[in-house]
Amino acid sequence: MILDVILFYGAAIVAIASGLFVIAQRNPINSAFSLIITMCSLAVMFAMLGSGFIAVLQVVVYAGAIMVLFLFVIMLLNAKQEEGERAGGIGRAGIGLGIILALQSVMVVWKGSLGLPTNHQETASADVARGLFSDPRFLYPFEATSILILAAMVGAIVVARKEKGK
Amino acid sequence: METLLSPANKELGIDALISILKIAVIFNALLGLFSLMTYVERRVLGFMQFRRGPNRTGWFGILQPAADGIKLFFKEELMPEGANRFLFVAAPVVAIITAYTALAVVPYGGPLVVPGVIITAIGWVLPASFMRAAFNAAGQLTIFGRPINIQMADLDVGILFIFAITALGVYSIVFAGYASNNKYALIGGLRSSAQMFSYELALGMSWVSVIMAAGSFRLSDIVATAERMNVWVWFAMQFPAFVIYMIAACAEVNRTPFDLPEGETELVAGFHLEYSSMKFALLQMAEYINMITVCALASNMFLGGWLSPLPGILPNSPLWFFAKMLFLLFVFIWVRATVPRFRYDQLMDFGWKRLIPAAAIWVVLFSGMTAFFGEKKTPPATVAVAIVPAAGQVSR
Repeated sequence: MILDVILFYGAAIVAIASGLFVIAQRNPINSAFSLIITMCSLAVMFAMLGSGFIAVLQVVVYAGAIMVLFLFVIMLLNAKQEEGERAGGIGRAGIGLGIILALQSVMVVWKGSLGLPTNHQETASADVARGLFSDPRFLYPFEATSILILAAMVGAIVVARKEKGK
Repeated sequence: METLLSPANKELGIDALISILKIAVIFNALLGLFSLMTYVERRVLGFMQFRRGPNRTGWFGILQPAADGIKLFFKEELMPEGANRFLFVAAPVVAIITAYTALAVVPYGGPLVVPGVIITAIGWVLPASFMRAAFNAAGQLTIFGRPINIQMADLDVGILFIFAITALGVYSIVFAGYASNNKYALIGGLRSSAQMFSYELALGMSWVSVIMAAGSFRLSDIVATAERMNVWVWFAMQFPAFVIYMIAACAEVNRTPFDLPEGETELVAGFHLEYSSMKFALLQMAEYINMITVCALASNMFLGGWLSPLPGILPNSPLWFFAKMLFLLFVFIWVRATVPRFRYDQLMDFGWKRLIPAAAIWVVLFSGMTAFFGEKKTPPATVAVAIVPAAGQVSR
């Protein structure tokens, strides 16, 4: 359908352009803003693949929670604008790796070994829940992860807490 | 040309046309409701505080919103020196986009059924062929033979979608505070955003029992469950969640008693300190539209949306949905006239130490009862558990 094509290329162009802005901006807050837009356009892709649940989680978790954390750290630590420094040794290595990765992904798509997803069936959130909670293969790791996260949260509070009398 | 006019494309075209019509109607209706709210709020506040409120512009001051709009439009736009120009402009834009996007899901008013009396009345004026095209046998408004529901998109992830969009709405506050290059705006922005995250948790948890009882995120499913159970049973069953929701929603949309940015005299206002003219108007508008969204959502989730409060006696109608929503909006104004503002530490204490534990306890209690009593017997059990302590509290 023509609407799908327009939506896909629109979201793809926005995702790539804002992804480039993330590294091109000198002001860290502007970079964070671009990253939020990248996340949101990825959510559009998920929604187009018929997985509205994942799309919403993408926005809630990545664009919402994690990026807010980024922003707070940037704002509270008062990160300054990057002065015009050239990329050092690590930076050059990063550029090299990036080029290799880009070539690889182009190759994969070109050869068609990965295959573009053609499944446009809607996955209802109830199916996700059923798959996650009725299959013991997924239920155990899911619950284990949640306990791990809870332990990490308690740990963070203990570390951040001021000791009494100080 | 042939492919363009194929049946599938024609269907798509009709879908698009209906969507565009709905968007146009809801968008403009909300603009109207927003300006009406600014007027009604000031009048009701005036009434409650033994003042007059705006009463000079037009009939009983009804043109006051228009006067305000014109005033704001002609004001000078100021941008502080050293402000981050891009983000300073982006903040109101983000605010208004997220406020309107949430509305794609939320006003679920049910099928647009027009009472027979009105159809007969219109039938005298308009030709019969038009009447046959516009209304089906059940008296429902149709476009190209398609019945119209009052909702733009009935998403499978309906409520979660709203949650995601509100999460994005926080950015307008963060950016507005940061981009202003003003320490008061920055601190105000940090505080407001911290407030929103804190109360978002309680807000999300208050939805859990509703989602659990309906077994779906879809707003139409939730309303259908309420209909199956009877609206009043549903309301009583979800009452504790409703109370938690309304408190958290109040904080989420920055209303009194949680409206720290409004504290101009003692806190030098908040994140919108440096905003003037239409940018300020956009931030205000986003806040009001968020308030409408929150009330519409509550009307759907807890009060049964378009279902009639007297099932079997009065017919279900979208008007009920709007009546419930407007009543909740009135409650927000009422609270504003009654309750003093929180201090910042009180606000955080209340959110983290009272509201979130209360919401968590309710989630555990409700899921425990659903597991223990089963689907059928949960409503009476919940009512007993919820009402008895509440009655004890009142009688004390």
